[in-house]
Amino acid sequence: MTTTPSELAAPRTQRRPAARRSNFELYSWLFMRLSGLVLIILVLGHLLIMNILDGGVHRINFAFVAGRWSSPFWQFWDLAMLWLAELHGTNGLRTVINDYARKETTRFWLKMLLYASAVLIIALGSFVIFTFDPNISN
Amino acid sequence: MATSEVTTAGSGGRARKKAGTLYRGDIGMWSWVAHRITGVATFLFLFVHVLDTALVRVSPNTYDSVIDTYKTPLVNLMELGLVAAVLYHALNGIRVMLVDFWSKGAKYQRPMLWAIIVIWVVVLIPSAYFMLRHNVEKIFGA
Ligand code: HEM
Repeated sequence: MTTTPSELAAPRTQRRPAARRSNFELYSWLFMRLSGLVLIILVLGHLLIMNILDGGVHRINFAFVAGRWSSPFWQFWDLAMLWLAELHGTNGLRTVINDYARKETTRFWLKMLLYASAVLIIALGSFVIFTFDPNISN
Repeated sequence: MATSEVTTAGSGGRARKKAGTLYRGDIGMWSWVAHRITGVATFLFLFVHVLDTALVRVSPNTYDSVIDTYKTPLVNLMELGLVAAVLYHALNGIRVMLVDFWSKGAKYQRPMLWAIIVIWVVVLIPSAYFMLRHNVEKIFGA
């Protein structure tokens, strides 16, 4: 007597409990690509203007910064670039730490240091853009 | 996320037998190594750069004196290195996105790597000229 194929149960993978799954890594993967797309314009544009065009770094001083930040356009450009680059870079470094740190405690403290530096840079940078004073005394 | 290039790196690659090398895979791996190094380097520079720009809240003189160090020949050369690093990272980032989202991306990952290397060189040459011109003229008195 042989078994006909129809008597066999269809092969299937085991189900995983849905409640324990998080989409965080998917969103972080997507964020790297979306922020990267915007950063192409913001960062390459910034480097072109600040380092290459019209004398590059040699014309940059306080007055130059004051001139640029008198325009809401450049204020917004720099604020968006600050936040996106810092979050993109922090998320990238989180991956690097996960790849190389071997001990759980090392991994934890390296990430805490990373997140603390990200908060500092985003807070300080935003503060500077919002409170910039062109008439500050020397 | 770090694996997205590695998993596709073998496609289109020829099987090679080079005994004694550390890694016998595709150059796709080196493009990923360079992407990681340039990303981390840029992140470290960003940290310093936000701190130095924050000096505009201290005083114009403090800011100007620190910015003046950016104009010295050695730091100027390092800026070119930064531009080179960011440009590679951006171009290869586009390539990674095409591998991920374009239906033919994985198939063309290798020619796309050569394409971005060519673009990288072609863009860097005039950039280096404009960035270094001032200091070269000052040093060699042109
Ligand atoms: C200029 C436009 C940029 C583009 C198109 C871009 C694109 C990307 C992409 C697509 C990834 C993910 C790679 C993967 O999952 O395998 C990535 C990773 C990364 N990016 Fe960027 N990026 C840009 C700018 C920056 C900047 C300004 C920084 C630094 C603040 C940075 C730091 C990083 C780091 C540290 C990683 C992680 C590398 C790794 O996991 O090996 N990127 N970038």
